[in-house]
Amino acid sequence: MAGIVRQRVFKDTYRDSVELMRIATDLERLPGVVRAGVVMGTPANRDLLADAGLLLPDAADPQPADLIVAVAAESDQAGAAAIERAAAALAGPTRATAEERQTTPVTTLHDALGEIHDANLALISAPGAYAAAEALKALKRGLHVFLFSDNVPIADEVALKELAERKNLLLMGPDCGTAILDGVPLGFANAVRRGRIGLIGASGTGLQEVSCLIDRLGEGVSQVIGVGGRDLDERVGGRMTLAALRRLATDDGTAVIVLISKPPSAAVAERITRAARECPKPVVVNFLGWTGGADGLRTFDDAALDAVALAQGVTRTALALEMPNPQPPPPAGPRFAPGQTEIRGLYCGGSLAAEATLVLRQTLGEAAAGRVTIVDLGDDRHTAGRLHPMIDPRFRNQCIVEAARDPKVAVILLDVVLGHNAHPNPARALIPALDDARHAAAAAGRDLVVVASVCGAPDDPQDFQRQQTMLAGRRVWLAPSNASAARLAASAFGGAAASTVDPRGTLRPPRGDRGGAR
Amino acid sequence: MTGEPARPSTIFTGGIRAINIGLAGFAEPIQTHGGACLHVQWRPPAEGDRALGLLLARLEDDPDDPIGALVARANAEAVRRIVEGRPVAVDVRTAADVIPGMGSRMLLHAGPPITWERMCGPMRGAAIGAMLLEEWATTPTEAEALAGRGAVEFAPCHEYATVGPMAGIVSPSMPVIVVENQAFGNRAFSNLNEGIGKMLRYGAYDGAVLERLRWFAATLGPALGRTLRAAPVDLRDLTARALQMGDECHNRNVAGTSILIRTIAPTLVRAAPDDAAAALEFMRGNDHFYLNFSMAACKATLDAAHGIDGSSVVTAMARNGVEFGIRVSGTGEAWFTAPAGAPDGLYFPGYGAQDANPDIGDSAITETCGIGGFAMAAAPAIVRFIGGTTADAVAYTRAMYRITLTRSQAYGIPSLGFAGTPTAIDVRRVVESGLVPVIDTGIAHRLPGMGQIGAGTTAAPRGCFTTALQALGRRLGLEEAGL
Repeated sequence: MAGIVRQRVFKDTYRDSVELMRIATDLERLPGVVRAGVVMGTPANRDLLADAGLLLPDAADPQPADLIVAVAAESDQAGAAAIERAAAALAGPTRATAEERQTTPVTTLHDALGEIHDANLALISAPGAYAAAEALKALKRGLHVFLFSDNVPIADEVALKELAERKNLLLMGPDCGTAILDGVPLGFANAVRRGRIGLIGASGTGLQEVSCLIDRLGEGVSQVIGVGGRDLDERVGGRMTLAALRRLATDDGTAVIVLISKPPSAAVAERITRAARECPKPVVVNFLGWTGGADGLRTFDDAALDAVALAQGVTRTALALEMPNPQPPPPAGPRFAPGQTEIRGLYCGGSLAAEATLVLRQTLGEAAAGRVTIVDLGDDRHTAGRLHPMIDPRFRNQCIVEAARDPKVAVILLDVVLGHNAHPNPARALIPALDDARHAAAAAGRDLVVVASVCGAPDDPQDFQRQQTMLAGRRVWLAPSNASAARLAASAFGGAAASTVDPRGTLRPPRGDRGGAR
Repeated sequence: MTGEPARPSTIFTGGIRAINIGLAGFAEPIQTHGGACLHVQWRPPAEGDRALGLLLARLEDDPDDPIGALVARANAEAVRRIVEGRPVAVDVRTAADVIPGMGSRMLLHAGPPITWERMCGPMRGAAIGAMLLEEWATTPTEAEALAGRGAVEFAPCHEYATVGPMAGIVSPSMPVIVVENQAFGNRAFSNLNEGIGKMLRYGAYDGAVLERLRWFAATLGPALGRTLRAAPVDLRDLTARALQMGDECHNRNVAGTSILIRTIAPTLVRAAPDDAAAALEFMRGNDHFYLNFSMAACKATLDAAHGIDGSSVVTAMARNGVEFGIRVSGTGEAWFTAPAGAPDGLYFPGYGAQDANPDIGDSAITETCGIGGFAMAAAPAIVRFIGGTTADAVAYTRAMYRITLTRSQAYGIPSLGFAGTPTAIDVRRVVESGLVPVIDTGIAHRLPGMGQIGAGTTAAPRGCFTTALQALGRRLGLEEAGL
């Protein structure tokens, strides 16, 4: 016989002879295999192998309880490959087959890891009481964690983030609404283009807003990392913000880093700004409402404009946030009844609500007191027993109609948040409420102004353009960002407040180039 | 499986491979953007007990955490010892002569420890029979009085490296199968199977029962002893063959018994020419003769994996007719018990659930070792006991993969492409998933001596796994709830 003979003995391994013949037949179909024998080591079988020229004198003298794989092949390589194939066939399936998954559902993280051996991320949106345990298991098993769940005790958050830090993993959350990693949207994220700006944020809709504005300014994001609303709390100490900063600092795809959050305590702010200063890449630190110096309020618009300016190497004055879908300017000033002095903001996004509050306080100054009511309908107080208003519009719709009936309310200010996992058609869902509101106000002889901005990107599943068109068709005053929507709302009363918004809805920074934090 | 390599921590490049726990909608955007995402049919672990859920998380494998690393390492070692176990039947000898520590006035019984007063009918009947057999008493009344005043020491078989089906009564003069785990040097024992019907293990002690047991001691035992001493039988190999012939080596032992007879017959004839015919005749008439060999083999295998600090692997499951008990490798000699449940199965004509004794016997050692109910997919013929189809049998086996750490390398299931049977039950997985081990079982009449009245399956009660997990946590210093 030409070629070589290879043999392997599997000690104390029993298989039925039919199964063994099947394996032998498979081996003989392999390229370069001349003949194969797979048998139990009984004397009769060994004689058979010998007759076939397949028996090698084996040091471990095969016993009847041993299984012999013998292969005659054209080359060493082909022989070795055939032996390995036999070993694999004898081992049987070592993990679940597709059929198996069907009959036994995956109910635990552990089961899931048996199916995706190379998993690198766990998304956890289980009820808060159980979320910390799931996150702990995920970290222990080496997974990054996107922790959407809220109501996780802050002591657990600290423990989880300490562990994540030790294991060089990201623990995004708790109460983390959005992230985009390696171009993949997690949670409530928008279909923004990929680019060179990395975002880190302790606020979900803030990250959505900034990423959408960056997209509208022609740039894109490398990674978007949510860290949870309490990351900059004194007790958590900005642990994940700093970890994310370190990661983005060494990420080849990131040229500029933006960091957004509510203003932290002085100690945490100091730690963060120091880390930002020491970062080898430009970092735009944007603590919402933080005056940070002489140049006034910083909004999410500022974060986006600063970052794009840095990424493009231009001054901010060269940039403008245009309405993506130009529309006719708002009709001549509304005629409000006496006593109709209130701006009622009804928000889905907590960070957007906070931003609107700050902008209106700054714009209206002393007059804001008693004239501005901004409600975050996504807050725990309003979501108990209800779905989040980004998913289920019904509660906000009720609030809109109620506001219209309130003789004090002149302006209703709204956010319309698009993106993955948000309501599939939020503008359409608003229309009945807007119509009812107008009827209610008209019936009482009042004018009513509705102002909104759409937080979204052209490729979002809801169709950004169409959402704008639907709202414009209901005489909603649209602004290109949430901050500018708040200013537009203030302008409804005429006077100085309107001066920062030009009638076409284009926002320009008030003066000069403020640059980033550096 | 334990001890997997550390995962890379990259997340910015190279793709997202995610596991989604909670809102199902989160999976889709990931998949449509080129990531992989497996949505888990999640439910609160440990039936919603938050403190237990946290304990589970703290006991999770983690190479970087002292406890997580200890548990992972200990389980890997327990798995290694189970997988490498090499049980060989080497002898049949008188119990008192070979079972270490067996006292001269001691009766071993099935399941976790139990006093005479609390024993169920079949176990009391079997104990009475054994006392008559040992001639410690001459009448049943005398025997009861003897036991009642504490003149007989009762102890669980399991604590003496022994296993017995049903009542599991082993008395000093009974012949026992000696199984040696040749990989680790330990031994395990089991009595000889009497057959079905009115037998001692069901609490019968009439003349015929005692006569048979005397014949075991005088004739069958010594004949088998001479045979096995001359030609030991590799039980891992025998069980592997039986599984491929439709046995699961707990409730169905037709193939195992046949192979055993075929294997030992020539040696038996040579070793005990005068008794060989009677011995072979008896074995041929008892389809369950292999059961006790199978059980002792499992016991020998699992005992080698017991006592590994930090291991959450179950090393024994057993029932005494009142309580179901388990032992865990990393929690020493402790038993964790819960009330024994009622088996779910089919009854012989004239009997029903009202006649059934609660779950009894050490035979759940087979499931603990990855065969029996865990290998139900290999034994479609017994599916009728659970009133199901072959698909149900496959589903039982597949479910058990969720609560075990590995797949047997020795025991393959033909209908599953020779996948290894689910092996090494992890207490953590049982508590987390709420899936409990499925156990094939015979059903005993609750009155002594009535015998087997049916067969079916039983589910191990969750409670003993919960208390075992808590005990493991305490041993590892995880006392208070919290992360």
